[in-house]
Amino acid sequence: MSKKEIMLGNAAIARGAWEAGVKVSSAYPGTPSTEISENIVNYKEIYAEWAPNEAVAAEVAIGASLAGTRALASMKLVGLNVASDAMYTAAYIGVNGGLVVVVADDPGLYSSQNEQDTRLVARSAHIPVLEPSDSQEAKDFTKLAYEISEKYDTPVFLRTTTRLAHSQGTVELCDRVEIEDKPYERDVAHNVMMPGNAKKRHIFVEQRENQMKKDACDFEINRVEMGDTKIGFITSGIAYQYVKEVCPEASVLKLGMVYPLPEQLIKDFAAKVDRLIIFEELEPFFETEIKSWGIKCEGKELFTLQGEYSANMLREKILGQKVEVKPSQVTARPPILCPGCPHRSTFYVLKKLGIHASGDIGCYTLGAVAPLSVVDTTVCMGASIAVLHGMEKAKGSEWTKNWVAVIGDSTFMHTGIISLENMAYNQSKGTVIIMDNSTTGMTGHQDHAATGKTLDGTVVPAISIYKVCKALGIENVVEVNAFDTAELERVVKEETSRDALSVIIACAPCALLKGQKFPNKVKAFPDKCKKCGACLRPGCPAVTKTEDGKIKIDETMCNGCGLCASLCKFEALEKYEV
Amino acid sequence: MTKNIMIVGVGGQGTLLTSRILGGLMEDAGYDVKISEVHGMAQRGGSVVTFVRYGEKVAEPIVEEGQADVLIAFERLEALRYAHFLKKDGVLIVNDQRIDPMPVVTGAATYPENIIEDLKKQYTVYDIDAMDEAKKLGNSRVFNNIVLGMAARHMDFTKDQWLAVIEKKVPPKTIEINKEAFLAGYGRE
Repeated sequence: MSKKEIMLGNAAIARGAWEAGVKVSSAYPGTPSTEISENIVNYKEIYAEWAPNEAVAAEVAIGASLAGTRALASMKLVGLNVASDAMYTAAYIGVNGGLVVVVADDPGLYSSQNEQDTRLVARSAHIPVLEPSDSQEAKDFTKLAYEISEKYDTPVFLRTTTRLAHSQGTVELCDRVEIEDKPYERDVAHNVMMPGNAKKRHIFVEQRENQMKKDACDFEINRVEMGDTKIGFITSGIAYQYVKEVCPEASVLKLGMVYPLPEQLIKDFAAKVDRLIIFEELEPFFETEIKSWGIKCEGKELFTLQGEYSANMLREKILGQKVEVKPSQVTARPPILCPGCPHRSTFYVLKKLGIHASGDIGCYTLGAVAPLSVVDTTVCMGASIAVLHGMEKAKGSEWTKNWVAVIGDSTFMHTGIISLENMAYNQSKGTVIIMDNSTTGMTGHQDHAATGKTLDGTVVPAISIYKVCKALGIENVVEVNAFDTAELERVVKEETSRDALSVIIACAPCALLKGQKFPNKVKAFPDKCKKCGACLRPGCPAVTKTEDGKIKIDETMCNGCGLCASLCKFEALEKYEV
Repeated sequence: MTKNIMIVGVGGQGTLLTSRILGGLMEDAGYDVKISEVHGMAQRGGSVVTFVRYGEKVAEPIVEEGQADVLIAFERLEALRYAHFLKKDGVLIVNDQRIDPMPVVTGAATYPENIIEDLKKQYTVYDIDAMDEAKKLGNSRVFNNIVLGMAARHMDFTKDQWLAVIEKKVPPKTIEINKEAFLAGYGRE
């Protein structure tokens, strides 16, 4: 009997890559794709790395493919925007060894800044897309993607969603197949995309797509499950599971390849059912194309463009069952910075000084919400610095005197570094605070070039953020301990009032970082509490009030950073050694 | 028949480990299992929910409103937030602990009073101050296995099956204390 194991969707993708004989994997962490790399690194036959960003990751995978080996890059939806420059042209070049790029979409916005649909990018880039619907398929489709990639001379996207990536299901394990490296031959017409060559490759890209459209009608992963013909569903991915949950008797065309679409297969299926329902999360991608062929179907008039789908949605819209949902008007519990988080300390100082922050992507996005309320804008990875620069150029440096950009160390290394180059080059006078907590925090503590460790834990020379800033020609670069609020306050005042570009590196490791020790805790002495509320201002979840309004510390939560104690004038809070 | 279990709590309380214990248990028992988790930003002290479904063949990985057989809540307010996911004859196991969400700390909202009493009017509820029990055992971090022990009374697996999977899923150094915690919950009526 073959071995079975319960696996996270992302772990199954990693397993699939290993079984498929992949040799190189590159990625930048991003929820919900991060665990692919964290699992792949356990397979010693694969070289796996964290790249500084998704463009680099995609290019590394392209290089490995051109050299003749099977290669993988993985990223979240918005990471594909960063990598798309490479991918649009990789579609023209094609592959030598198979090339698969996993892109994880996030319907429901669990951990992203928008709800874009990767299928639309794929269509304009002319890259085929496979979409699994459970962990088993996540593994199987990853392997199949390599066969398709090599057969059709194309990169392939494997599209997942948060629900699939972070769900576990049973997976049957197979052995790794060692794939012989494809010979490398210099082929300028194929691999050098200058206009003369690209024009010819564009013709090939179109032919390839038309061929796949035809062949896809016979792909086993595009599966017709004929049942009751009163209703037929066309669906894919996790949405398929909701259909099976609610309408197990209905006819279903389950698309495993979601681009390009198997036109004839869809037309034949549509002709056999009385009512055709398109059940797809996010954009009306199937629906628009199917309607363009003159086929009558229902989709987005029944189901939303936003968020995740559900079985209850089908129960209500298709079966006409009223699902009794008591809308629980319960006090919200939004995510917050952890106890002992160094960002809290930095934000506390900024808030005290009445400073606005142009924000970025990371835990510190939470600096936008009460009680910190410092961050005014968040766009995309690395944007904080350029947004601040744009503001200054629009309104002048007087206007941005009480502004800073805040960006984490990992995000700075990702794309922030380029924007800082722009500030230096174009003589900006703004202040940038790099909140250096020595890790990629929000995605679950991944290393990067400035931490001095690679994906597999190898210790390497850490790139010094301080020296990088200096090398850009920035004169005012100051490193401060993020928990030293007095010094941080002095430095922020000094640098924001300066008529020149400054960088403040506020350092202190993430409270959740592995190996991080907490020698202290804070104890409350409610008798001394005057209920002034000073200690509550930084919004630490370990600091709350008793019923009579006096201060209380949850010592199981407290990490002993001492920020609250430093704000108490009445000695009602005291830091002590554990 | 597919069974639906939900584990809800506050990010950082250990819902992921509990769901993995449950998943391992059902896998060992030969069921088809699907688990759906929350990673990323919500884990930072936000409201988190994990779904575990098992049966002969499981389709969707999530549990929806009105479908849960067992709801395990590690915190009172989270029990209230997700109680309507329970089936009419579902069982709610709640850890009687209060963790104030930020809007309550800042005074923008209030923490509801009498949550457990009110839930008892509508649902079958078993409550325990597992944090207090865990401190008595000498390790507050094992509170979730006390709650799990209580929930185990309402599920179709033997005590030995539970103990075997706990042994496999918790860090080796903490096996004994976690088993002890489980049994403390399991012994409660």
